[in-house]
Amino acid sequence: MNARVPRSGRFASRAEKELRQELLIEPWAELGLVAFDGPNDPEPELVVERGRVTRMDGRDASEFDVIDRFLVAYGLDLDVAIEAMALPDLELARMLVDVDVPRGELVRVARGLTPAKLARVIGLLDAVELMFAMKKLRARRDPGNQAHVTNLKENPALLAADAAEAARRGFDELETTVGVARYAPLNALALLVGAQAGRHGVMTQCAVEERRNLELAIRGLVTYAETLSVYGTEPVFVDGDDTPWSKSFLGAAYASRGVKVRFTSGTGSEALMGHAQGMSMLYLEARCVSVVRAAGSQGVQNGSISCVALALSVPGGTRAILAENVLAAWLDLEVASGNDAIASHSAIRKTAKLMGQFLPGTDFVTSGYSVMPRRDNTFGGGNYDADDLDEWLTIQRDWQVDGGIEPVTEDEVLRVRGQATRAIQAVFDELQLPAITDREVVAATTGYSSSDLPDRDRAADVEAADDLLARHVSALDVALALDRRGFVDEAEGVMATVRQRVAADYLQTAAIIDPDGLVRSAVNDPNTYLGPGTGYRLEGDRWALLQALPHTIDPRSLGGLPSGGEALVVELGEALRGEDAAEVVIAVGPAFAGEIRETINGLAHADVLAALVDGVREAGGAPRLARIRRVADVAFIAHDGARLSGSGIALGLQSKGTAVIHRATLQPLDNLELFGMSPLYSLESYRAMGRNAAGYALGLRVGPVPTELDNFARAKLIVRTTLLHAREARAVVPGAPPVELVLAAGTVPRLVPGSSQAPGVRSEL
Amino acid sequence: MSFDPVGDYPLGLRRPELVRTATGVALDEITLAAARAGSLVADDLRATDTTLRQQAAVARAAGRRQLADNLERAAELTTVPADELLAIYTALRPGRSTSAELETWAERLDELAATATAAFVREAAEAYEERRLLSDERAGQVRPLREGSL
Repeated sequence: MNARVPRSGRFASRAEKELRQELLIEPWAELGLVAFDGPNDPEPELVVERGRVTRMDGRDASEFDVIDRFLVAYGLDLDVAIEAMALPDLELARMLVDVDVPRGELVRVARGLTPAKLARVIGLLDAVELMFAMKKLRARRDPGNQAHVTNLKENPALLAADAAEAARRGFDELETTVGVARYAPLNALALLVGAQAGRHGVMTQCAVEERRNLELAIRGLVTYAETLSVYGTEPVFVDGDDTPWSKSFLGAAYASRGVKVRFTSGTGSEALMGHAQGMSMLYLEARCVSVVRAAGSQGVQNGSISCVALALSVPGGTRAILAENVLAAWLDLEVASGNDAIASHSAIRKTAKLMGQFLPGTDFVTSGYSVMPRRDNTFGGGNYDADDLDEWLTIQRDWQVDGGIEPVTEDEVLRVRGQATRAIQAVFDELQLPAITDREVVAATTGYSSSDLPDRDRAADVEAADDLLARHVSALDVALALDRRGFVDEAEGVMATVRQRVAADYLQTAAIIDPDGLVRSAVNDPNTYLGPGTGYRLEGDRWALLQALPHTIDPRSLGGLPSGGEALVVELGEALRGEDAAEVVIAVGPAFAGEIRETINGLAHADVLAALVDGVREAGGAPRLARIRRVADVAFIAHDGARLSGSGIALGLQSKGTAVIHRATLQPLDNLELFGMSPLYSLESYRAMGRNAAGYALGLRVGPVPTELDNFARAKLIVRTTLLHAREARAVVPGAPPVELVLAAGTVPRLVPGSSQAPGVRSEL
Repeated sequence: MSFDPVGDYPLGLRRPELVRTATGVALDEITLAAARAGSLVADDLRATDTTLRQQAAVARAAGRRQLADNLERAAELTTVPADELLAIYTALRPGRSTSAELETWAERLDELAATATAAFVREAAEAYEERRLLSDERAGQVRPLREGSL
């Protein structure tokens, strides 16, 4: 250790950032810690003899593991496989981003591709190509989103309130889970009631163990499930206590009870579980999504999901995650594209990752946006949460992209939360469940998190939950309970979910239920994107909705600083050139002390003028006031002033407070000192500017006025600056000569008559 | 009544008259008013095998063979009691069943006219045999359970 090795302050500062809590590792293929192109990934290969697959992706049929066997038996469509496998990798990759190759053709070809071929081809696309392919391949026309709704106390009123808000904000699906397994029926019930209070048609699920889940489904308390995990290697599949057959059977069992099913997979899970068999994350995920399709699932949630931070530890991790989403879409599956588990400590990094799914749009951009604060997310996730909503909405507005979340006013959010909490209170009462108090109703409606809610008797709740199942309480009972207590609209919503379950239309690929009760899936609302002018485009009413955030303001209401009132200055007629060598002209803009009466920092113009005059006098100068009318730009205001000044020195001042000290002999856009940070200036600042201006006039040594810098001033104030400048510009009188001013009250500067100066006048703006 | 798997989707919107519950309740009779009147039975309020076969046909017509096959298995499973569904699922998990046990389930499914699912279980048994995913018949041992690891 050499103590004299210097440490860079910048490296040290960066090392303290939260990002650096995450490890970045070099690829280690043996452990599956490699995103793409693992050295052990097999060459794409398919040999078919007499209608039977005898070799696939480097393995002879006798060596096929349980996944290979399943894919060969149910997944590969041999009628297209020969043609598809013969297509060169690059040609397939180009087809994915060829705007003239329709989705249907890509999906047809994919039916005959082996996992190694799929991974190889997708690996040829760069980040932007992947996004474009995603946009083309998404199953449903409109992108959507899924919410997570949980809380640490498993408080049913808060679950209902959050479900209602999520539904009202436009989430198509809501997912809850349990901290304590026995809570499942109550959580499912709260979600069902809350969702329908927010918007009819929103589908709900409760992620719990399969037996319990199926029971909830049979009662109609949930309408979809996505707990069916698959893996890319046999040992991990078996460690997960399943096989492709058992999972596929379970999918059919759910569907037989009218439950929409989505499988789950994701890069990194095999490495995490210790059996990646030296294969790359993307290749193993290609096996997973191939299994999902072979199993007959309509869709998958993938995109690394809970392993996201592992995928991001290796080079290309973010790209591999988008690649796996694209793979699933290529295989004609609905994709709920992750972004639910925390991807990074860094807001920059995780949002950069999000853009891969957010910009092209997926069937569900997140597999669970946490509508409550992160600490209430019992999934252990909450990549984006209640506190990030304004950011999400703003980014949608920035990119003109539909990320599936709608802005809703505070009043409306409080209304639906109140409605949902009162509805679940009534249902609990009607179904003889432990009472939800009025205090809980109020706290769940208006509170920030579960910390704001009183504790419930949890033993009583879990007993009641068991009893609810034992009594066979169903969605029908819930509808009737709501109805008896006057919650007719919510009751109708629950009955609508019952009808949907009977019709089973939502079992088709990528189905959601719109507010009118219409099921929209890849069957009747397919993605037909074929380039500009086609497919889903955020425009019209939807775009109007997504751009109108509750805190968006009408700039006309800002124009804004008060005008009118008593005159601050008196105009004395045309200003002429002065003769006094000590003269400093204080040249103000066209709207100064008239249409605009204070600076952007809220300083009254009269006070600013007084401070400048004081400053000039303090340093021995002779102040003189003039208004420049022909131009609104501060440089020209100052330069025009300088040309009026007996000393050739002027201080130009815009109405918003920006100032320049100028000399007549300089070019207009040059200056002696520029004071561009008007939001930071105090009256003392202006006094100091006055002193300096006088110093230049008298030929003294002048040190620049110390100025502060606020790097965020521009971001914060550029809109107000623009509006103020617009008012200044509107006050411009083209070609008008400058006029002499005096303060209407208080100190009147000494006036120096001079000769008119005409040359070089030009009109601007 | 003819059914057009391309034009008749969504059934609930386009062909509601085709959709009935197992006891013959029509889709538009599943209303809050009917619930108030006590004319609905909760257990009846789910898709029938007929409806699921129609959904399978819709999926097949849309080019989704595997989804269609799965929905056809689902149609078969509508008549299988929930407990048996879960028992079959458990039997299909790795190391849970002998070949004979899986064959017994396949025969039970055949009895319930779930022939496609029965075949599916037999195909699983064959693959499990090859991959040593069956339980050890002589010892009668199953792999240790790891519940909740789904």
